[in-house]
Amino acid sequence: MDNRKSIKTALTIAFLLVAVAALYWGDNNLSRFQLRILNLAAIFVILGASMNLVIGFSGMFSLGHAGFMCVGAYTAAILTMSPESKELIYYMEPIIPLLANVQWPVIPATLMAGVVAGIFGVLVGFPALRLRDDYLAIATLGFAEIIRIIVTNTISITNGALGLKNIPSEKSLLFYWGFGILTILVLKALINSSWGYAFKAIRDNEIAAEAMGISVFKHKMLSFSIGAFFAGIAGALMAYLITSIDPTMFRFLFTFQIVLIVVLGGMGSLTGSVIAGVVITIAMEWLRFVEQPMSLMGMDIPGIPGMRMVIFSLLLLIVVLFYRQGLMGTREFNWDWVLDKLGIAKSKEREVS
Amino acid sequence: MTLEIFLQNVANAISLGSLYALIAIGYTMVYGIIRLINFAHADLLMVAGYISFYGILIFAMPWWLAFLIAIALTTILGMAMEKLAYRPLRNAPRISALISAIGMSFLLQNLGIVLVGASPKPFPRPEGLVWNIHLGSVSFLSLTVIIPVITLLLLAAVYLVVNKTNTGIAMRAVSRDFETASLMAVDVNKVVVTTFAVGSGLAAVGGIMWSLQYPQIDPLMGVFPGLKCFIAAVMGGIGSVPGAMIGGFILGIGEIMLVAFMPELSGYRDAFAFVVLILILLFKPGGILGDHVVEKV
Repeated sequence: MDNRKSIKTALTIAFLLVAVAALYWGDNNLSRFQLRILNLAAIFVILGASMNLVIGFSGMFSLGHAGFMCVGAYTAAILTMSPESKELIYYMEPIIPLLANVQWPVIPATLMAGVVAGIFGVLVGFPALRLRDDYLAIATLGFAEIIRIIVTNTISITNGALGLKNIPSEKSLLFYWGFGILTILVLKALINSSWGYAFKAIRDNEIAAEAMGISVFKHKMLSFSIGAFFAGIAGALMAYLITSIDPTMFRFLFTFQIVLIVVLGGMGSLTGSVIAGVVITIAMEWLRFVEQPMSLMGMDIPGIPGMRMVIFSLLLLIVVLFYRQGLMGTREFNWDWVLDKLGIAKSKEREVS
Repeated sequence: MTLEIFLQNVANAISLGSLYALIAIGYTMVYGIIRLINFAHADLLMVAGYISFYGILIFAMPWWLAFLIAIALTTILGMAMEKLAYRPLRNAPRISALISAIGMSFLLQNLGIVLVGASPKPFPRPEGLVWNIHLGSVSFLSLTVIIPVITLLLLAAVYLVVNKTNTGIAMRAVSRDFETASLMAVDVNKVVVTTFAVGSGLAAVGGIMWSLQYPQIDPLMGVFPGLKCFIAAVMGGIGSVPGAMIGGFILGIGEIMLVAFMPELSGYRDAFAFVVLILILLFKPGGILGDHVVEKV
């Protein structure tokens, strides 16, 4: 057993080292377009995994992710923009003096974005988490819309509908995937902790979990606000990646894409969310060609705007109707599986069972 | 605020309230029977709007024929939706059905964008249906009268169907207890399809009247009315037809009056409904006319 455990630790460390090396190589050798898509994939992986924590592991069907992202994106943008560009951009109404001169480094600003989104998660969760199933879905959807409407209307903080531009940009793979990998590691540790077991117990049977002495509301709140925290982080990363944000970005459509990732990957599988996050992001870019005019064998085919979303909606329907488990169901990638396949260092415990 | 403007607002509030009420019925009936928020219900408004638009403009039909065809096709679409997207998931976890509904809604919206383009189109207002009425110094559109009248007639019809016919009794039985009703030889599938047909038909009428009242249609036009009507249904007590009506009127009147009396809050107009929803869910989760059932082991 010990033998196997040390092999697994070594493998994890080796994997992380290889990942860092690969990211470093990618930063220096890939085109800007490729980097952009891969970075976007990292953001969607964070979003998918954190939403999976709420939907797949805790059984709360929340549709508020875009709202928390919005909070994170705005927090990070306001904290990192230079005072000069703030003065330029807020021409409808000047920014409130408290925020006019702050300029934080990127990493603390990103963490702060997560914290602020997490606080919003607590505020939203306090009333919303008394509800269940579809009521919860519609209430969180409502809260996300309320957040968006507030952001549109508090012009002296968020610049309203005009949005923010000139957000300091980050381009390196290491930065985005660093956050991505950290998120996955934290969520994995969380899911395998006693909190994680409580989440799953609540998901499987709320009444039984409560009877076993699990504080249902406390754990729901924890899961929900941790989900919101990571959504905030992802929002911040999104702000750095595209360097301009406005409230219309964070519509329900965005949440739909995250739901698609969670469902496709499998509700209750982080591995699934990672795979689906990358696949969907790349597919989304690759399918752009459908929406652009092209000429095929001398024929001019006009672009069809909206076709991508038709494909993705159909995909979601097909997965839900015929393949409800998604790619991974509730299974996770783990080294045991790899080692078993390779037949290395069978643990005694496994042989007995 | 002058009396004229106030009356104008009252008229607007009543027609918005009736539209909400009409659309909310579809939500409440479907939810009452299969416990599903039919997200795609909202997009049926859009479908009905576009069918009548093309019927009148491209096929040069008289408006009443275009409207009838729109209502018929939307009803068929609603029934097809139930059969394809919801029936296979009837025994699945509720989250799956909800995701399927969201997928259906996005499919309709984006098919709309693909087929007719994302840019808004002006909806024609047939002269036989829309004219100005002058009453003293107040002038208003005929729609302000037509919409509430049609709404009330349809509501009365639905009320009679639900309470006086055999189909209605079957519907109420299924909504009370799905399994027992099916054991009592109620053809559950038929009841569910009928419910979807009635709901979709009402949504189509609502969508046409919505397009007449706010004469600009686009593929995403159903989204906000849809959410608000669902809220109206929850507010009145989901599953209850009179409840949906009351909820729709309260929401419509509240929204218009909020903007009328507090213009500085007009940016928050769309948030109003959600705030109402959250307050209702917190303090009276059963809604005004509903009874809240706590799940027991």
